[in-house]
Amino acid sequence: MTLEFVMAKPILTIKNLTKKYGGNAVFHNIDLTVNEGDTIVIIGPSGTGKSTLLRCINLLTCADEGQIWLDDLEITAKGCDDDRVRQHIGMVFQNFLLFNHLTALDNVMLGLTKVKHMKPEEARVKALSELERVGLSDRADHYPGQLSGGQQQRVAIARALAMDPRIMLFDEPTSALDPELIGEVLEVMRKLALEGMTMLVVTHEMGFAREVADRIVFLEKGSIVEEGSPDDLFYHPKNERTREFLWKITELYGKKEENK
Amino acid sequence: MADWLQLFQRYLPDFIKGAAVTIELTVVGLAIGFAIGLLLALARLYGPLWLKTLAIGYIELFRGTPLLVQLFLIYYGLPSLGLTLTQTVSAYLALGLNSAAYQAEYFRGAIQSIGSSQMTAGRAIGLSRWKTIWYIILPQALRLVIPAWSNEPISLLKTTAVVFLIAVQDLMAKAKRAATATYDPIGSYLAVAVVYLVLVIVLNWGLKYLERKTVIPGFEMDSKKV
Amino acid sequence: MDVAKFLQYIASGTAYTVGVTLISLPAGLILGTLLALLNVYSGRLSKWLTNLYSTVMRGIPPIVLLFILYFIVSGSINLSPFLAGSISLGIVSSAYQMEIVRGAILSVSGGQMMAARAIGMTKRQAIRNVILPQTLRLAIPPWSNEAAIVIKDSSLVYALGVPEILRRAQLISASTQQPFLAFAAAAVIYFILVFITSRLLDRLEKRLRIPANP
Repeated sequence: MTLEFVMAKPILTIKNLTKKYGGNAVFHNIDLTVNEGDTIVIIGPSGTGKSTLLRCINLLTCADEGQIWLDDLEITAKGCDDDRVRQHIGMVFQNFLLFNHLTALDNVMLGLTKVKHMKPEEARVKALSELERVGLSDRADHYPGQLSGGQQQRVAIARALAMDPRIMLFDEPTSALDPELIGEVLEVMRKLALEGMTMLVVTHEMGFAREVADRIVFLEKGSIVEEGSPDDLFYHPKNERTREFLWKITELYGKKEENK
Repeated sequence: MADWLQLFQRYLPDFIKGAAVTIELTVVGLAIGFAIGLLLALARLYGPLWLKTLAIGYIELFRGTPLLVQLFLIYYGLPSLGLTLTQTVSAYLALGLNSAAYQAEYFRGAIQSIGSSQMTAGRAIGLSRWKTIWYIILPQALRLVIPAWSNEPISLLKTTAVVFLIAVQDLMAKAKRAATATYDPIGSYLAVAVVYLVLVIVLNWGLKYLERKTVIPGFEMDSKKV
Repeated sequence: MDVAKFLQYIASGTAYTVGVTLISLPAGLILGTLLALLNVYSGRLSKWLTNLYSTVMRGIPPIVLLFILYFIVSGSINLSPFLAGSISLGIVSSAYQMEIVRGAILSVSGGQMMAARAIGMTKRQAIRNVILPQTLRLAIPPWSNEAAIVIKDSSLVYALGVPEILRRAQLISASTQQPFLAFAAAAVIYFILVFITSRLLDRLEKRLRIPANP
């Protein structure tokens, strides 16, 4: 159980966010606050808009209603196509999406040189240190095609970290990985959380959720069913659907609950 | 604009006659190309080494040189070797031999797609190599090739436009006549461009229709433009 | 009958052929790439207009377009048939190259654009630094095909009187009464040009290939 300091500073505030496709709401009236240093994990059945939610947060997609604040700035104020906002929000995709024509080092450096207009030498030093942080400094001159899935994803994390974001968004970062490669990515994410990075993670990895998350949000059918600490959700779920979902999912992953 | 429409109207009968010749050239060229192209593809895939090499040589040669050069070789060059052909026959021959090289590659792609598994299956029930090719592989290949192959009639239609340079009275030749008569080259060639465009669009529709009618769901080739 | 001298005469037409190609191919590439970018990344009107351009320019025989453009171009400015023909061929090729580049852009996955924007790049920066480098690599094989076509189509400027290979072959054939030899020589020269170009582009593709483990 984490101690909530009275001075907890919200990095990301979402109020009343709604997104529709055609006539149907992908998600509606989402309220969420992420404080500095928090690791929030979003869980829920596939297709409930979790990815779309993340993409609305970093303005890759436009929400139809609602507002989002990053620190004290309302980023949804000018509609939703602000490139500069994305310099402060890091995003890691399910399919890694590394730039195929660049080495790992160049992938990490690109944002620094072209977006932040850093001098190449400075950028290289920073990029190498980020690769070091994810454990891949020895693969700096490899191309994505020469790296395993787990390595590619770690480079993708380094790429996002290099921009020094206020918050890191993870969109099912391990769902496209072979089982034996999942561990190395989760380990990097765990380290980040311990270092105090503010993180919003969509995942099916319940072990990670239970051990690393400060709070877990259960999203189903486009709205938040329940929200709370891992202990609360796993051991004392308030909502029947939450209990059902978690039970099914932990069954699937071969873990059994001791007490229910 | 009004002038141009007038020109168009005045020469339309001529253009239609020219278009008929163009269509004829396309059809004959396509047919010759089909027959020879199919043989080339078979030679290339199933023939003995010397035949394979000849086929590859033919294809490289006809695809590696301009049609215009091939046309002049046949019409102007052959007579000095004893074979004199009329303009029209020269055009048919040049277009046909040229098209054969491109069609051969389409057929080769389709046959290779069907490939060796069907050959194995055919021979496993006792069919000879050539019988398997004739009864099993070709029927499938010819069906499979249609989407990719439909590039060829359109390409050929456009290619026929150069034969006016050996005085075949096709659509382009009529345009040239109109241009010299009216002193309006831009207008004349524009008019003929419109006719060609119409021909191409109609041909395209026809081919798309054919494609739709013959497609077997789930059985498609990666449409590679050769 | 001085065969060597005549062959040399035909071969010197090669300079014109190569010249026409070296003007029209890059012109077509620049224009084609611009049109492809407009088609994929600008609004609906751009897409519609560029599609119209593509359909019309590819539906008309190159020689017809050559004549039309030649008469238009030489009507307004005083250009040699060589230049006018080259520019016209470049415009013809631009429609085909637009389709090639467009196909390549579309096969670079949409995720690449998304990833680029996720680190704060503008659309334009993403196109320049992420999409185009990958596009141009993917486009080399079909482009190599187009290069061969432009070399062959350069023979069409024969009709404009440009003293390139074919025109010279014809003059030789008339003066020596050896048409077969003359045109065969022309064929050989074109073949060599196409062959060399294809090999060079193959090598370029291999050099630019992004290393990947099988």
